[in-house]
Amino acid sequence: MANENQSVSFQEKMEKNIWLLLIILALSLSVGGLVEIVPLFTIKSTMEHNAAPELIWQRQAGQTLNDYKPGDGMRPYTALELAGRDIYQREGCYTCHSQMIRPFRDEKERYGHYSLASESMYNHPFQWGSKRTGPDLARVGGKYSDDWHRKHLRAPRSVVPESVMPNYPWLKDNSVEGKDMARRFSVMQLMGVPYTAEDIASANAELAGKTEEDAMVAYLQVLGTMAKLDENKVYRE
Amino acid sequence: MDAAAEQEYNFDVVRWFTVMATVYLVVGALVGVIIAAELAWPIVNLDIPYITFGRLRPLHTNAVIFAFGGCALMATSYYSVQRTCGVRLWSDKLAWFVFWGWNLIIVSAVVTLPLGLTSAKEYAELEWPIDLGIAVVWLAYSFNFIMTLATRKSSHIYVSNWFFLGMMVMITYLHVVNSLAIPVDLFKSYSLFSGVQDAMVQWWWGHNAVGFYLTAGFLGIMYYFVPKQAGRPVYSYRLSVIHFWALMFGYVWLGAHHLQYTALPDWTGSLGAAVSLAMIIPSWGGAVNGMMTLSGAWDKLRTDYVLRFMIMSLAFYAMSTFEGPVMSLKTVNALSHYTDWTVGHVHSGALGWVAMVAIGAIYHLMKHTFHTEMWSQKLINAHFWTATIGAVIYVVAMWVSGIMQGLMWRAYDEYGTLAYTFAESVEAMHPYYAMRTVGGAIFLLGAVLMLVNVLMTVMKAAGEGSLQQARTAAASA
Repeated sequence: MANENQSVSFQEKMEKNIWLLLIILALSLSVGGLVEIVPLFTIKSTMEHNAAPELIWQRQAGQTLNDYKPGDGMRPYTALELAGRDIYQREGCYTCHSQMIRPFRDEKERYGHYSLASESMYNHPFQWGSKRTGPDLARVGGKYSDDWHRKHLRAPRSVVPESVMPNYPWLKDNSVEGKDMARRFSVMQLMGVPYTAEDIASANAELAGKTEEDAMVAYLQVLGTMAKLDENKVYRE
Repeated sequence: MDAAAEQEYNFDVVRWFTVMATVYLVVGALVGVIIAAELAWPIVNLDIPYITFGRLRPLHTNAVIFAFGGCALMATSYYSVQRTCGVRLWSDKLAWFVFWGWNLIIVSAVVTLPLGLTSAKEYAELEWPIDLGIAVVWLAYSFNFIMTLATRKSSHIYVSNWFFLGMMVMITYLHVVNSLAIPVDLFKSYSLFSGVQDAMVQWWWGHNAVGFYLTAGFLGIMYYFVPKQAGRPVYSYRLSVIHFWALMFGYVWLGAHHLQYTALPDWTGSLGAAVSLAMIIPSWGGAVNGMMTLSGAWDKLRTDYVLRFMIMSLAFYAMSTFEGPVMSLKTVNALSHYTDWTVGHVHSGALGWVAMVAIGAIYHLMKHTFHTEMWSQKLINAHFWTATIGAVIYVVAMWVSGIMQGLMWRAYDEYGTLAYTFAESVEAMHPYYAMRTVGGAIFLLGAVLMLVNVLMTVMKAAGEGSLQQARTAAASA
């Protein structure tokens, strides 16, 4: 705030010259954003995998997404998972569910290890959320069976009586066949998500015979299962 | 009646924006009440995809911020820039382009959001073709405003215009950067940024949409309409200069406080919180400047219902700009984040500050652009009390439920295990969600009263021929 603009004479000049006022405004308004955003792209310690490369799947040449085992590290979503993620966004799930566990004892016991930045590195857009009307989903993968999820998606109160979540019966009726996942993979690849040409070529076939519910379950079941985190390791100060 | 002003300035576009702002206030609040009811009684979702909470919530936020807030800002800024500069809008054609363009964007939002077409970034959900439209219309709006200032007859640029200008520049930055995305097809795109960077860009947008659109813009409204309605000059010029530049420079930094304890690096969140705390001073500078403008004219509050809206808005503004910095403190944020407290905070700002100051300005505009008194003064008073009571009920319900949620989630029993399941905390929220719906419905009732009053005033003006008279009378003033 120790701003030279407060000198009355300069202020007076600006009040009489719209272009000067506009330029000084444009400069003042750009500082905060530049200082807070640009370093996130350049400071290495922002992403934990720069110090802990095991967080990322070290994919060998010729390996497909099917060669991946849970815990191998962060990888791009499969076609079915990405289709599920797109539905998650379409239905606005992020308006009630966060995907960002904070480093507190109660959150650890309720949801698991705190979330790392590297865990959402392939997430265009991020889905951390800002509200927990429902529980955090960052590590919901593997917590419940597929059948539980189906029942829960169709009628949440049939398994959780206190729930205020809407029923999503249409997911089981809508097919995801015909969605151009190859194109979506290509866009992701363009932005730096490491899909291979083979991944893109086989993307659309993966959706054969699948419903939106299948896609949602696939997405929910992979959340938080990719990177195996070491309880004793300090990933972040 | 002000025939000279009517003939000199472009009030037509102001009138249209004013009436549409009132319509969108009702629409936005109605959608809000529906989604509040869905959380209290999930059966209200009716198993219809298009009206589930997840799809209507973006419609609610877009309707109140960009439809109601946008039309209110455009009406007030185009009105006050003409009056403070002593010249007509630079271009009538461009002004009408902005009116129709903005309304077209609103209609496309009403269609696409319930269909689930969304970029899934909060307060910026609209898909890329609409984002392009917003950029074009916003630049046209700003350009017309700036050129009007450039051709002004007055020597100095009045303080309300500084705030509108700051908003225009910052919203342009924010909208362009946060909307960067690669399209997959006409209805779907993926954000250019991912993970932690996307989060920071999003909340840089998210908080500054609040800071510049809903704060700077509405302070612009305050600086023109409060002195006009009170018939008093602004309390302190020096204070307005200081708090203006402090807000412009400082507010931009706050976004990071939305990401405390997340995977965002600690330095960013702490920096955001530190600047947030410092922002109490300039924010209160604005509130004090507005309130003290009434010094010597407090008696007017007894008879002037429009002024009541404006003063109540400043009281809410002072309160929520104190609450905000408190919530950005790490220890408080650890409790409040992810809870209804945030929702309560937003609504004390949105219902209390943004809506009330805009409502006051809209009543003022109705009188001065239709050249007649409002159809019913009693209805304005009824609106004032329903809006105030509704807002207070809403905010109190969310404070209680938010703090309760936060405490239940972190509560341990005597054996050192979590005391409550998540589902138990959801169940405990039910009475407060019902109470919130009632508060929202009362606020909505007030908005409906306003719409009735506004429409009846339009009819009354037509009946009396007051507008026609103003347009044709020999300009004697």
